[in-house]
Amino acid sequence: MTSARIFFFGGLASYRALFGWLSPWVFIPSLLVAPIFQILLFVYIGRSAKLESDEFYVIGNALQYAAIPCLFAMTQTIAGERYQQTLGFILITPARRLPLFLGRALPVVTNGFFVAAFALLVGGAIVGIHVPLSAYAPIALVTAVSAFSCTGLGLVNAGLGFIVRDTSVLSNIIFGLLLVLSGANVPIDQLPGWMQSISSGIPFTHGIEAARRLADGAALGDVGGLVRREAIIGVGYGAFGYAIIRALEVVGRRNATFDRA
Amino acid sequence: MRTLRLLGLGWVFHMKMLTRSAFNSILGIIYPLFFATIAFFMFRAGDDPKPLLYASLGAAVMGIWSTTSTSAGAAMARERWHGTLELLVAAPTHFALVLLPVTIAMASIGIYSMAATLLWGWLVFGIDLHILHPVEFVLAVPATVLSIGALGFLLAVAFVRFRQAWALGNMLEYPVWLVSGFLVPLSLFPGWVRPISWILAPTWGINAIREAALGGAALDDIVMATLLGGVYTLAGIVLVNRALKIARTRATLSLT
Repeated sequence: MTSARIFFFGGLASYRALFGWLSPWVFIPSLLVAPIFQILLFVYIGRSAKLESDEFYVIGNALQYAAIPCLFAMTQTIAGERYQQTLGFILITPARRLPLFLGRALPVVTNGFFVAAFALLVGGAIVGIHVPLSAYAPIALVTAVSAFSCTGLGLVNAGLGFIVRDTSVLSNIIFGLLLVLSGANVPIDQLPGWMQSISSGIPFTHGIEAARRLADGAALGDVGGLVRREAIIGVGYGAFGYAIIRALEVVGRRNATFDRA
Repeated sequence: MRTLRLLGLGWVFHMKMLTRSAFNSILGIIYPLFFATIAFFMFRAGDDPKPLLYASLGAAVMGIWSTTSTSAGAAMARERWHGTLELLVAAPTHFALVLLPVTIAMASIGIYSMAATLLWGWLVFGIDLHILHPVEFVLAVPATVLSIGALGFLLAVAFVRFRQAWALGNMLEYPVWLVSGFLVPLSLFPGWVRPISWILAPTWGINAIREAALGGAALDDIVMATLLGGVYTLAGIVLVNRALKIARTRATLSLT
Protein backbone atom coordinates (compact mmCIF):
# COMPACT_ATOMS: atom_id res chain seq x y z
CA MET A 1 0.00 0.00 0.00
CA THR A 2 2.85 2.37 0.92
CA SER A 3 4.57 1.50 -2.33
CA ALA A 4 1.39 2.24 -4.28
CA ARG A 5 1.11 5.64 -2.56
CA ILE A 6 4.74 6.42 -3.31
CA PHE A 7 4.18 5.36 -6.92
CA PHE A 8 1.05 7.44 -7.58
CA PHE A 9 1.10 10.38 -5.18
CA GLY A 10 4.87 10.59 -4.87
CA GLY A 11 5.25 10.45 -8.63
CA LEU A 12 2.67 13.13 -9.28
CA ALA A 13 3.91 15.40 -6.50
CA SER A 14 7.54 15.13 -7.54
CA TYR A 15 6.63 15.72 -11.17
CA ARG A 16 4.70 18.85 -10.28
CA ALA A 17 7.47 20.00 -7.96
CA LEU A 18 10.30 19.25 -10.34
CA PHE A 19 8.42 20.97 -13.11
CA GLY A 20 7.15 23.81 -11.02
CA TRP A 21 8.91 25.92 -13.58
CA LEU A 22 6.88 24.30 -16.34
CA SER A 23 4.56 27.27 -16.58
CA PRO A 24 2.58 28.00 -19.76
CA TRP A 25 5.47 30.32 -20.72
CA VAL A 26 7.69 27.25 -20.95
CA PHE A 27 5.20 24.57 -21.87
CA ILE A 28 3.63 26.33 -24.87
CA PRO A 29 6.80 27.46 -26.69
CA SER A 30 8.88 24.37 -25.84
CA LEU A 31 6.38 21.55 -26.06
CA LEU A 32 3.55 22.80 -28.28
CA VAL A 33 5.00 25.35 -30.72
CA ALA A 34 8.50 23.93 -31.25
CA PRO A 35 7.33 20.47 -32.46
CA ILE A 36 5.08 22.11 -35.04
CA PHE A 37 8.05 24.00 -36.46
CA GLN A 38 10.21 20.88 -36.37
CA ILE A 39 7.54 19.17 -38.45
CA LEU A 40 7.34 22.11 -40.87
CA LEU A 41 11.13 22.27 -41.19
CA PHE A 42 11.40 18.65 -42.24
CA VAL A 43 8.26 18.71 -44.37
CA TYR A 44 9.80 21.53 -46.41
CA ILE A 45 13.24 19.89 -46.56
CA GLY A 46 11.43 16.75 -47.71
CA ARG A 47 9.58 18.68 -50.40
CA SER A 48 12.86 20.26 -51.50
CA ALA A 49 14.66 16.91 -51.59
CA LYS A 50 11.60 15.18 -53.13
CA LEU A 51 12.19 12.18 -50.92
CA GLU A 52 9.02 11.23 -49.03
CA SER A 53 5.44 12.43 -48.55
CA ASP A 54 4.41 15.12 -46.06
CA GLU A 55 2.69 12.43 -43.99
CA PHE A 56 6.02 10.65 -43.54
CA TYR A 57 7.59 13.69 -41.84
CA VAL A 58 4.52 14.73 -39.85
CA ILE A 59 4.19 11.31 -38.21
CA GLY A 60 7.93 10.82 -37.77
CA ASN A 61 8.61 14.17 -36.14
CA ALA A 62 5.44 14.31 -34.05
CA LEU A 63 6.19 10.97 -32.40
CA GLN A 64 9.91 11.66 -32.08
CA TYR A 65 9.28 15.00 -30.35
CA ALA A 66 7.93 13.07 -27.36
CA ALA A 67 11.63 12.57 -26.65
CA ILE A 68 11.90 16.14 -25.34
CA PRO A 69 9.55 15.71 -22.37
CA CYS A 70 10.46 12.05 -21.86
CA LEU A 71 14.23 12.52 -21.80
CA PHE A 72 14.42 15.87 -20.04
CA ALA A 73 11.76 15.16 -17.44
CA MET A 74 13.23 11.81 -16.43
CA THR A 75 16.69 13.31 -16.20
CA GLN A 76 15.35 15.87 -13.77
CA THR A 77 14.52 12.97 -11.46
CA ILE A 78 18.16 13.01 -10.39
CA ALA A 79 19.65 16.23 -11.76
CA GLY A 80 16.71 18.40 -10.68
CA GLU A 81 16.84 17.07 -7.13
CA ARG A 82 20.58 17.68 -7.00
CA TYR A 83 20.10 21.24 -8.30
CA GLN A 84 17.60 21.89 -5.53
CA GLN A 85 19.86 20.12 -3.03
CA THR A 86 17.19 17.59 -2.14
CA LEU A 87 18.76 14.48 -3.70
CA GLY A 88 20.36 13.40 -0.43
CA PHE A 89 17.04 13.70 1.43
CA ILE A 90 15.28 11.61 -1.23
CA LEU A 91 17.89 8.87 -1.13
CA ILE A 92 18.10 8.70 2.64
CA THR A 93 14.42 7.78 2.91
CA PRO A 94 13.47 4.13 3.47
CA ALA A 95 11.05 4.31 0.51
CA ARG A 96 11.38 1.44 -1.93
CA ARG A 97 13.29 2.63 -4.97
CA LEU A 98 11.15 0.91 -7.61
CA PRO A 99 7.91 2.83 -6.87
CA LEU A 100 9.94 5.94 -6.08
CA PHE A 101 11.52 6.19 -9.51
CA LEU A 102 8.89 4.47 -11.63
CA GLY A 103 6.20 6.66 -10.07
CA ARG A 104 8.01 9.64 -11.50
CA ALA A 105 7.94 8.03 -14.93
CA LEU A 106 4.15 7.78 -15.17
CA PRO A 107 3.38 11.52 -15.53
CA VAL A 108 6.30 11.75 -17.96
CA VAL A 109 4.78 9.10 -20.23
CA THR A 110 1.43 10.90 -20.10
CA ASN A 111 2.99 14.23 -20.94
CA GLY A 112 5.09 12.73 -23.75
CA PHE A 113 1.97 11.16 -25.21
CA PHE A 114 0.09 14.47 -25.05
CA VAL A 115 2.91 16.43 -26.70
CA ALA A 116 3.26 13.91 -29.54
CA ALA A 117 -0.51 13.64 -30.06
CA PHE A 118 -0.87 17.44 -30.16
CA ALA A 119 1.98 17.77 -32.67
CA LEU A 120 0.49 15.02 -34.81
CA LEU A 121 -2.99 16.54 -34.89
CA VAL A 122 -2.00 20.20 -35.30
CA GLY A 123 1.01 19.54 -37.54
CA GLY A 124 -1.07 17.20 -39.69
CA ALA A 125 -3.87 19.78 -39.96
CA ILE A 126 -1.46 22.58 -40.96
CA VAL A 127 0.30 20.51 -43.59
CA GLY A 128 -2.94 18.90 -44.71
CA ILE A 129 -2.30 15.17 -44.43
CA HIS A 130 -5.17 12.71 -44.54
CA VAL A 131 -5.36 10.00 -41.91
CA PRO A 132 -8.41 7.70 -41.88
CA LEU A 133 -10.65 8.19 -38.84
CA SER A 134 -10.35 4.50 -38.02
CA ALA A 135 -6.60 4.91 -37.62
CA TYR A 136 -6.74 7.55 -34.88
CA ALA A 137 -7.23 5.17 -31.93
CA PRO A 138 -4.51 2.70 -32.99
CA ILE A 139 -2.11 5.58 -33.69
CA ALA A 140 -2.88 6.96 -30.22
CA LEU A 141 -1.96 3.57 -28.76
CA VAL A 142 1.29 3.47 -30.73
CA THR A 143 2.07 7.03 -29.61
CA ALA A 144 1.56 6.06 -25.97
CA VAL A 145 3.78 2.99 -26.36
CA SER A 146 6.48 5.13 -28.02
CA ALA A 147 6.32 7.67 -25.18
CA PHE A 148 6.63 4.78 -22.70
CA SER A 149 9.57 3.37 -24.62
CA CYS A 150 11.41 6.71 -24.66
CA THR A 151 10.73 7.21 -20.97
CA GLY A 152 12.61 3.94 -20.45
CA LEU A 153 15.58 5.52 -22.19
CA GLY A 154 14.97 8.60 -20.07
CA LEU A 155 15.44 6.45 -16.98
CA VAL A 156 18.89 5.45 -18.27
CA ASN A 157 19.57 9.15 -18.83
CA ALA A 158 18.40 9.87 -15.29
CA GLY A 159 20.81 7.28 -13.91
CA LEU A 160 23.67 8.89 -15.78
CA GLY A 161 22.67 12.09 -14.00
CA PHE A 162 24.49 10.67 -10.97
CA ILE A 163 27.81 11.02 -12.76
CA VAL A 164 27.17 13.64 -15.47
CA ARG A 165 26.95 17.22 -14.30
CA ASP A 166 25.51 18.87 -17.43
CA THR A 167 22.57 16.58 -18.09
CA SER A 168 20.89 19.00 -20.50
CA VAL A 169 23.81 18.51 -22.91
CA LEU A 170 23.47 14.74 -22.66
CA SER A 171 19.69 14.89 -23.18
CA ASN A 172 20.08 17.10 -26.24
CA ILE A 173 22.65 14.75 -27.74
CA ILE A 174 20.37 11.74 -27.19
CA PHE A 175 17.51 13.72 -28.76
CA GLY A 176 19.67 14.45 -31.81
CA LEU A 177 20.70 10.81 -32.13
CA LEU A 178 17.06 9.72 -31.98
CA LEU A 179 16.22 12.30 -34.66
CA VAL A 180 18.85 10.85 -37.00
CA LEU A 181 18.49 7.15 -36.23
CA SER A 182 14.79 6.58 -35.53
CA GLY A 183 13.68 6.96 -39.13
CA ALA A 184 11.70 10.09 -38.29
CA ASN A 185 13.13 11.87 -41.32
CA VAL A 186 15.52 9.56 -43.11
CA PRO A 187 14.04 6.24 -44.27
CA ILE A 188 15.85 3.50 -42.39
CA ASP A 189 16.96 1.81 -45.62
CA GLN A 190 18.80 5.00 -46.62
CA LEU A 191 21.00 4.80 -43.53
CA PRO A 192 24.32 2.94 -43.50
CA GLY A 193 24.15 -0.67 -42.25
CA TRP A 194 25.66 0.05 -38.84
CA MET A 195 23.18 2.84 -38.27
CA GLN A 196 20.31 0.54 -39.22
CA SER A 197 21.50 -1.92 -36.57
CA ILE A 198 21.37 0.81 -33.94
CA SER A 199 17.98 1.98 -35.21
CA SER A 200 16.39 -1.36 -34.52
CA GLY A 201 17.32 -1.11 -30.84
CA ILE A 202 16.22 2.42 -29.97
CA PRO A 203 12.86 3.95 -29.02
CA PHE A 204 10.57 5.33 -31.74
CA THR A 205 11.91 3.33 -34.71
CA HIS A 206 9.21 0.67 -34.55
CA GLY A 207 6.55 3.03 -33.21
CA ILE A 208 7.01 5.49 -36.05
CA GLU A 209 6.93 2.70 -38.62
CA ALA A 210 3.77 1.28 -37.06
CA ALA A 211 2.07 4.70 -37.00
CA ARG A 212 2.93 5.29 -40.66
CA ARG A 213 1.48 1.93 -41.66
CA LEU A 214 -1.67 2.59 -39.65
CA ALA A 215 -2.06 5.98 -41.35
CA ASP A 216 -1.76 4.18 -44.68
CA GLY A 217 -4.68 1.93 -43.77
CA ALA A 218 -3.12 -1.05 -42.00
CA ALA A 219 -5.03 -2.66 -39.12
CA LEU A 220 -3.64 -2.71 -35.59
CA GLY A 221 -3.14 -6.46 -35.85
CA ASP A 222 -0.90 -5.92 -38.88
CA VAL A 223 1.52 -3.82 -36.86
CA GLY A 224 1.22 -5.80 -33.62
CA GLY A 225 4.79 -7.05 -33.95
CA LEU A 226 6.17 -3.53 -34.29
CA VAL A 227 4.18 -2.29 -31.29
CA ARG A 228 5.35 -5.24 -29.20
CA ARG A 229 8.99 -4.57 -30.15
CA GLU A 230 8.60 -0.90 -29.25
CA ALA A 231 7.17 -1.88 -25.85
CA ILE A 232 9.90 -4.48 -25.22
CA ILE A 233 12.57 -1.87 -26.03
CA GLY A 234 10.95 0.45 -23.49
CA VAL A 235 10.89 -2.26 -20.82
CA GLY A 236 14.51 -3.12 -21.59
CA TYR A 237 15.73 0.45 -21.28
CA GLY A 238 13.59 0.99 -18.19
CA ALA A 239 15.08 -2.05 -16.45
CA PHE A 240 18.58 -1.04 -17.48
CA GLY A 241 17.97 2.51 -16.32
CA TYR A 242 16.69 1.32 -12.96
CA ALA A 243 19.75 -0.90 -12.57
CA ILE A 244 22.03 2.07 -13.37
CA ILE A 245 20.24 4.25 -10.84
CA ARG A 246 20.60 1.62 -8.11
CA ALA A 247 24.24 0.94 -8.95
CA LEU A 248 25.24 4.59 -9.12
CA GLU A 249 23.29 5.36 -5.96
CA VAL A 250 25.52 2.88 -4.16
CA VAL A 251 28.62 4.46 -5.72
CA GLY A 252 27.42 7.95 -4.80
CA ARG A 253 26.71 6.87 -1.23
CA ARG A 254 30.12 5.24 -0.91
CA ASN A 255 32.03 8.21 -2.34
CA ALA A 256 29.76 10.93 -0.93
CA THR A 257 29.29 12.41 -4.39
CA PHE A 258 25.50 12.88 -4.62
CA ASP A 259 25.80 16.63 -4.77
CA ARG A 260 28.93 16.73 -6.83
CA ALA A 261 28.47 14.66 -10.00
CA MET B 1 37.76 54.46 -29.13
CA ARG B 2 36.73 53.78 -25.55
CA THR B 3 33.46 52.30 -26.80
CA LEU B 4 35.25 50.03 -29.26
CA ARG B 5 37.62 48.90 -26.51
CA LEU B 6 34.67 48.10 -24.26
CA LEU B 7 32.91 46.15 -27.01
CA GLY B 8 36.11 44.28 -27.87
CA LEU B 9 36.98 43.40 -24.29
CA GLY B 10 33.38 42.43 -23.56
CA TRP B 11 33.41 40.14 -26.58
CA VAL B 12 36.70 38.47 -25.57
CA PHE B 13 35.53 38.07 -21.97
CA HIS B 14 32.24 36.46 -22.93
CA MET B 15 33.83 34.27 -25.60
CA LYS B 16 36.11 32.88 -22.89
CA MET B 17 33.16 32.24 -20.59
CA LEU B 18 31.06 30.62 -23.33
CA THR B 19 33.86 28.28 -24.39
CA ARG B 20 33.98 26.99 -20.80
CA SER B 21 30.29 26.08 -20.96
CA ALA B 22 29.53 22.60 -22.28
CA PHE B 23 26.06 23.73 -23.30
CA ASN B 24 27.26 26.68 -25.35
CA SER B 25 30.43 25.19 -26.79
CA ILE B 26 30.25 21.39 -27.11
CA LEU B 27 26.50 21.18 -27.65
CA GLY B 28 26.58 24.30 -29.84
CA ILE B 29 28.95 22.48 -32.17
CA ILE B 30 27.43 18.99 -32.02
CA TYR B 31 23.71 19.80 -32.08
CA PRO B 32 23.54 21.36 -35.58
CA LEU B 33 25.51 18.35 -36.88
CA PHE B 34 22.47 16.14 -36.26
CA PHE B 35 20.33 18.37 -38.46
CA ALA B 36 23.09 18.65 -41.05
CA THR B 37 23.43 14.85 -41.12
CA ILE B 38 19.70 14.40 -41.68
CA ALA B 39 19.71 17.04 -44.43
CA PHE B 40 22.72 15.39 -46.10
CA PHE B 41 21.04 11.98 -46.03
CA MET B 42 17.79 13.45 -47.38
CA PHE B 43 19.40 15.44 -50.18
CA ARG B 44 21.84 12.66 -51.06
CA ALA B 45 18.90 10.32 -51.58
CA GLY B 46 17.79 12.74 -54.29
CA ASP B 47 20.98 11.93 -56.31
CA ASP B 48 21.62 15.56 -57.17
CA PRO B 49 24.94 16.88 -55.79
CA LYS B 50 24.00 20.57 -56.14
CA PRO B 51 21.44 20.59 -53.28
CA LEU B 52 23.99 18.77 -51.14
CA LEU B 53 26.42 21.68 -51.36
CA TYR B 54 23.49 24.08 -50.88
CA ALA B 55 22.49 22.15 -47.75
CA SER B 56 26.07 22.00 -46.49
CA LEU B 57 26.41 25.79 -46.49
CA GLY B 58 22.95 26.26 -44.99
CA ALA B 59 23.52 23.71 -42.26
CA ALA B 60 26.86 25.35 -41.48
CA VAL B 61 25.20 28.69 -40.76
CA MET B 62 22.36 27.07 -38.78
CA GLY B 63 24.75 26.69 -35.87
CA ILE B 64 25.34 30.45 -35.67
CA TRP B 65 21.64 31.08 -35.20
CA SER B 66 21.26 28.06 -32.94
CA THR B 67 23.91 29.21 -30.45
CA THR B 68 22.42 32.70 -30.44
CA SER B 69 18.70 31.98 -30.19
CA THR B 70 18.95 29.47 -27.37
CA SER B 71 21.09 31.73 -25.17
CA ALA B 72 20.40 35.33 -26.14
CA GLY B 73 16.78 35.33 -24.99
CA ALA B 74 17.93 34.81 -21.43
CA ALA B 75 21.04 37.01 -21.57
CA MET B 76 19.56 39.74 -19.37
CA ALA B 77 17.71 37.30 -17.16
CA ARG B 78 21.00 35.51 -16.52
CA GLU B 79 22.59 38.70 -15.18
CA ARG B 80 19.52 39.05 -12.98
CA TRP B 81 19.96 35.50 -11.61
CA HIS B 82 23.66 36.14 -10.98
CA GLY B 83 22.79 39.31 -9.11
CA THR B 84 24.95 41.42 -11.41
CA LEU B 85 22.21 43.24 -13.33
CA GLU B 86 22.00 46.19 -10.93
CA LEU B 87 25.78 46.64 -10.98
CA LEU B 88 25.90 46.61 -14.77
CA VAL B 89 22.98 49.02 -15.10
CA ALA B 90 24.48 51.36 -12.48
CA ALA B 91 27.85 51.44 -14.29
CA PRO B 92 28.62 54.70 -16.13
CA THR B 93 28.74 52.80 -19.43
CA HIS B 94 25.46 52.46 -21.31
CA PHE B 95 23.96 49.03 -20.60
CA ALA B 96 23.54 48.31 -24.32
CA LEU B 97 27.33 48.37 -24.70
CA VAL B 98 27.55 45.71 -22.01
CA LEU B 99 24.86 43.47 -23.47
CA LEU B 100 25.74 43.71 -27.17
CA PRO B 101 29.13 41.92 -26.88
CA VAL B 102 27.40 39.12 -24.96
CA THR B 103 25.07 38.25 -27.84
CA ILE B 104 27.75 38.81 -30.49
CA ALA B 105 29.98 36.39 -28.56
CA MET B 106 27.10 33.88 -28.60
CA ALA B 107 26.86 34.22 -32.38
CA SER B 108 30.65 34.01 -32.72
CA ILE B 109 30.68 30.62 -30.97
CA GLY B 110 28.59 29.51 -33.97
CA ILE B 111 31.69 29.87 -36.17
CA TYR B 112 33.05 26.72 -34.50
CA SER B 113 29.80 25.00 -35.44
CA MET B 114 30.04 26.34 -38.98
CA ALA B 115 33.57 24.99 -39.41
CA ALA B 116 32.60 21.66 -37.83
CA THR B 117 29.59 21.25 -40.13
CA LEU B 118 31.58 22.00 -43.28
CA LEU B 119 34.28 19.60 -42.12
CA TRP B 120 31.66 16.95 -41.27
CA GLY B 121 30.08 17.30 -44.72
CA TRP B 122 33.47 16.97 -46.39
CA LEU B 123 34.82 14.08 -44.31
CA VAL B 124 31.69 11.96 -43.93
CA PHE B 125 29.60 12.85 -46.97
CA GLY B 126 32.34 13.89 -49.40
CA ILE B 127 30.91 17.35 -50.04
CA ASP B 128 33.73 19.39 -51.57
CA LEU B 129 33.58 23.10 -50.84
CA HIS B 130 35.37 25.31 -53.33
CA ILE B 131 35.00 28.94 -52.33
CA LEU B 132 34.94 30.84 -55.60
CA HIS B 133 35.04 34.34 -54.10
CA PRO B 134 37.20 34.00 -50.97
CA VAL B 135 37.37 37.74 -50.24
CA GLU B 136 33.59 38.08 -50.28
CA PHE B 137 33.31 34.88 -48.22
CA VAL B 138 35.65 36.33 -45.59
CA LEU B 139 33.47 39.45 -45.48
CA ALA B 140 30.19 37.53 -45.50
CA VAL B 141 30.94 35.36 -42.45
CA PRO B 142 31.62 38.22 -39.96
CA ALA B 143 28.73 40.23 -41.44
CA THR B 144 26.44 37.26 -40.78
CA VAL B 145 27.80 36.71 -37.27
CA LEU B 146 27.47 40.39 -36.34
CA SER B 147 23.96 40.72 -37.75
CA ILE B 148 22.79 37.53 -36.00
CA GLY B 149 24.44 38.75 -32.80
CA ALA B 150 22.54 42.03 -33.18
CA LEU B 151 19.30 40.10 -33.65
CA GLY B 152 20.15 38.20 -30.46
CA PHE B 153 20.65 41.55 -28.71
CA LEU B 154 17.19 42.65 -29.83
CA LEU B 155 15.69 39.38 -28.55
CA ALA B 156 17.50 39.69 -25.23
CA VAL B 157 16.03 43.14 -24.71
CA ALA B 158 12.58 42.34 -26.11
CA PHE B 159 12.18 39.34 -23.80
CA VAL B 160 13.37 41.11 -20.67
CA ARG B 161 9.92 41.18 -19.12
CA PHE B 162 9.48 37.41 -19.48
CA ARG B 163 10.79 35.28 -16.67
CA GLN B 164 11.17 32.27 -18.96
CA ALA B 165 12.81 34.14 -21.83
CA TRP B 166 15.06 31.17 -22.61
CA ALA B 167 12.02 29.15 -23.70
CA LEU B 168 10.97 31.87 -26.14
CA GLY B 169 14.50 31.96 -27.52
CA ASN B 170 14.47 28.17 -27.94
CA MET B 171 11.14 28.41 -29.71
CA LEU B 172 12.60 30.71 -32.37
CA GLU B 173 15.34 28.26 -33.37
CA TYR B 174 13.31 26.22 -35.87
CA PRO B 175 11.22 29.07 -37.37
CA VAL B 176 14.30 31.11 -38.31
CA TRP B 177 16.06 28.03 -39.70
CA LEU B 178 12.97 27.51 -41.79
CA VAL B 179 12.03 30.95 -43.12
CA SER B 180 15.59 32.20 -43.60
CA GLY B 181 16.16 29.52 -46.22
CA PHE B 182 19.03 27.72 -44.51
CA LEU B 183 18.01 24.39 -45.99
CA VAL B 184 14.95 25.14 -48.07
CA PRO B 185 14.76 27.60 -51.01
CA LEU B 186 12.46 30.51 -50.17
CA SER B 187 10.57 29.89 -53.41
CA LEU B 188 8.96 26.83 -51.80
CA PHE B 189 7.16 28.93 -49.17
CA PRO B 190 3.83 30.72 -49.56
CA GLY B 191 4.13 34.35 -50.68
CA TRP B 192 3.28 35.78 -47.25
CA VAL B 193 6.39 34.22 -45.76
CA ARG B 194 8.78 36.21 -48.01
CA PRO B 195 8.45 39.59 -46.22
CA ILE B 196 9.19 37.82 -42.93
CA SER B 197 12.31 36.33 -44.48
CA TRP B 198 13.43 39.73 -45.79
CA ILE B 199 13.41 41.40 -42.38
CA LEU B 200 15.54 38.62 -40.93
CA ALA B 201 19.28 39.24 -41.20
CA PRO B 202 20.07 35.48 -41.29
CA THR B 203 18.29 35.32 -44.68
CA TRP B 204 20.75 37.83 -46.18
CA GLY B 205 23.67 36.33 -44.27
CA ILE B 206 23.19 32.82 -45.66
CA ASN B 207 22.56 34.28 -49.13
CA ALA B 208 25.83 36.19 -48.91
CA ILE B 209 27.78 33.14 -47.79
CA ARG B 210 26.23 30.96 -50.50
CA GLU B 211 26.79 33.52 -53.24
CA ALA B 212 30.39 34.05 -52.17
CA ALA B 213 31.07 30.32 -52.04
CA LEU B 214 29.27 29.41 -55.25
CA GLY B 215 30.42 32.34 -57.36
CA GLY B 216 27.49 34.77 -57.29
CA ALA B 217 27.28 38.42 -56.27
CA ALA B 218 27.47 38.51 -52.48
CA LEU B 219 28.09 42.20 -51.78
CA ASP B 220 24.43 43.28 -51.86
CA ASP B 221 23.53 40.56 -49.37
CA ILE B 222 26.46 41.50 -47.13
CA VAL B 223 25.30 45.12 -47.13
CA MET B 224 21.70 44.12 -46.36
CA ALA B 225 22.76 41.83 -43.50
CA THR B 226 24.93 44.59 -42.04
CA LEU B 227 22.19 47.20 -42.41
CA LEU B 228 19.63 44.99 -40.72
CA GLY B 229 22.13 44.31 -37.95
CA GLY B 230 22.41 48.08 -37.46
CA VAL B 231 18.63 48.44 -37.35
CA TYR B 232 18.34 45.65 -34.75
CA THR B 233 21.03 47.34 -32.64
CA LEU B 234 19.28 50.73 -32.75
CA ALA B 235 15.91 49.16 -31.96
CA GLY B 236 17.55 47.24 -29.11
CA ILE B 237 19.06 50.43 -27.65
CA VAL B 238 15.66 52.13 -27.76
CA LEU B 239 14.09 49.15 -25.98
CA VAL B 240 16.90 49.00 -23.40
CA ASN B 241 16.39 52.67 -22.53
CA ARG B 242 12.67 52.15 -22.22
CA ALA B 243 13.00 48.99 -20.12
CA LEU B 244 15.55 50.58 -17.78
CA LYS B 245 13.44 53.71 -17.36
CA ILE B 246 10.41 51.64 -16.39
CA ALA B 247 12.51 49.44 -14.10
CA ARG B 248 13.97 52.50 -12.33
CA THR B 249 10.57 54.15 -11.98
CA ARG B 250 8.93 51.05 -10.53
CA ALA B 251 12.02 49.71 -8.74
CA THR B 252 11.61 46.36 -10.49
CA LEU B 253 15.05 45.85 -12.03
CA SER B 254 15.91 42.78 -10.00
CA LEU B 255 12.41 41.35 -10.01
CA THR B 256 11.39 38.70 -12.48
